[in-house]
Amino acid sequence: MDVLVYVKRVPAVGGRIVLTPDGREVDTSMLGFTVSPHEECAVEEAVQITERHGGTVTVSTMGPPEAIEQLRTAISVGAHAAHLLVTTGVDAGPIATSRALASSVRELEGGRGRPFDLILCGNEAADTGDHQVGVRLAHALGRPCATGVKQLQIEATGESVEASREYRGSQEHFTLRLPAVVTVKEGINLPRYPSLPGRMRAKKADVSTATPTLEPEPLVMQRLRVPRTERTSAEVLGHGVDAVPALVALFETLGVVP
Amino acid sequence: MITVCFVELDGDEVVDASLRAVTFARRLGGGAPLGCLVLDRPGPGALAQLAAFGVADVRHLDAGDVHGYAPMAAAAALAEMVAPFDDGVDVVAVVAAATDHGNEVLAHLGATTGLELVANCVDAQVQAEVEPGGPGNGGGFAVVRQRWAGSLLEDAVLHARGGLFSVVAEAVTAEPSPVAAEVTVRPIAPALTPLDLAVQAVETRSEGGGVSLASARVVVSGGRGIGGAEGFGVVEELATLLGGAVGVSRAVTSAGWRPHREQVGQTGTRVAPHLYVACGISGAIQHLAGCQGATHMVAINTDPDAPIMARADYAIVGDVSVVLPALVDALRHRTAGS
Repeated sequence: MDVLVYVKRVPAVGGRIVLTPDGREVDTSMLGFTVSPHEECAVEEAVQITERHGGTVTVSTMGPPEAIEQLRTAISVGAHAAHLLVTTGVDAGPIATSRALASSVRELEGGRGRPFDLILCGNEAADTGDHQVGVRLAHALGRPCATGVKQLQIEATGESVEASREYRGSQEHFTLRLPAVVTVKEGINLPRYPSLPGRMRAKKADVSTATPTLEPEPLVMQRLRVPRTERTSAEVLGHGVDAVPALVALFETLGVVP
Repeated sequence: MITVCFVELDGDEVVDASLRAVTFARRLGGGAPLGCLVLDRPGPGALAQLAAFGVADVRHLDAGDVHGYAPMAAAAALAEMVAPFDDGVDVVAVVAAATDHGNEVLAHLGATTGLELVANCVDAQVQAEVEPGGPGNGGGFAVVRQRWAGSLLEDAVLHARGGLFSVVAEAVTAEPSPVAAEVTVRPIAPALTPLDLAVQAVETRSEGGGVSLASARVVVSGGRGIGGAEGFGVVEELATLLGGAVGVSRAVTSAGWRPHREQVGQTGTRVAPHLYVACGISGAIQHLAGCQGATHMVAINTDPDAPIMARADYAIVGDVSVVLPALVDALRHRTAGS
């Protein structure tokens, strides 16, 4: 079972997002970077699949040269190979991204001489939340696709995958013939931490690179802004256990205690 | 202009998020006839709602080989409904609620038609002229959409005559049309490929139990400050006393203390309870994205400068391991004494 996983490098924002003065980007000068949570789980799922069924995990991303850091993290938790599509400047939109990824998949598969059995993506990126790159990629490759998946099971024959998720109180089960594209959500597994040998392997691993061609996107960002929130500071009810009577009184006012 | 909505039903009712999306679509269409696609033949209740919201043309998916939720078949039906677009219609908009189904169906439609999906919109307006710079010719849409699950807003221009828009529920209030529509209901049977039919869900009911996190009136959430899996006993007790559900932050599920289904936030469940009690949660934006819909928020934290303390309505500066047992004790005595 050969699995290709796409991840995206995003800033590790904390309690507050600060924008650059021109309002076009998140100010990352004080921030570290990570991958979107759903994709962290996609990498873990791919590694677990190859642990059970054999095969390889290839991890790939499109991003700035620094995104090699996120690929090395994926290698440190069990990915076997990594491929970086190096871009410069601002983020590519979802149509441009999915086209660039599809053309990269064709190249990688051409080199291997056979398709990846499974391509995993996150359901949506933490920053842009576009909800579509995996689906567009599947269409470009002519493969079936399930999104928002919380349970994944390769069938014994290795010819199909059962992908399940919850939606409004029901479980939805999709059976997809491989090769297929699946986008997953956090909660499908609990990602492992990198091991020391994993970190050593990641440090030395070769990461292949390519430069994608990006088409202009019809959706053009003008600026970002932080929405106004009504709440700016809380009323302090008290300190420690001394605050308990005030809290009980508040619960009574709000009608949440009998 | 053609404006079409993907509408989700729950039995004989239109789901609230879809009513909001229909409201959004009606405003975007500015008086253009409003059509919609539903996956099952709607009952009288749902039809009355759609009429009240101004939907004139109701199409229900009726393809012989479709037996469950089939996002590609739904997208094929929507593509057919907007197909006159190619014959000189000036503007096309397809709108859905930004739910898992709504986003998924629109993503498939975007892939087959080449139209852009603008996900998580809070506003969209047709613009006769947009500034040059995009690949579109002439008109387009001015949109406002969420990023980082609502922690940021993006102002953008869609340089195209057609667009797909998924709508964030809390951004729009569901409002019936000033003039109810005369509804016609017709089946739609789009031509489907084997691949369209291959992506179909078989549904099974989930096992219920306890108060559902998503719809709970009160949510008591614990974060890293709870200290460990064993610390959640008192969080559960408080939730029970308040008739609510237990929620947790991502730090808690990542540490394996509690299951992911209890996670509140961007990558967990979004909640909008009457009361949200955040215990030992610092308030990362990803967590706040999941609970900012709460009517009232109480935060208990040792750090008075934690981001959650600024976003809550009421704050208690203190250690949850001391405050929570005392609070549970006080509530129990109150119940026993009343």
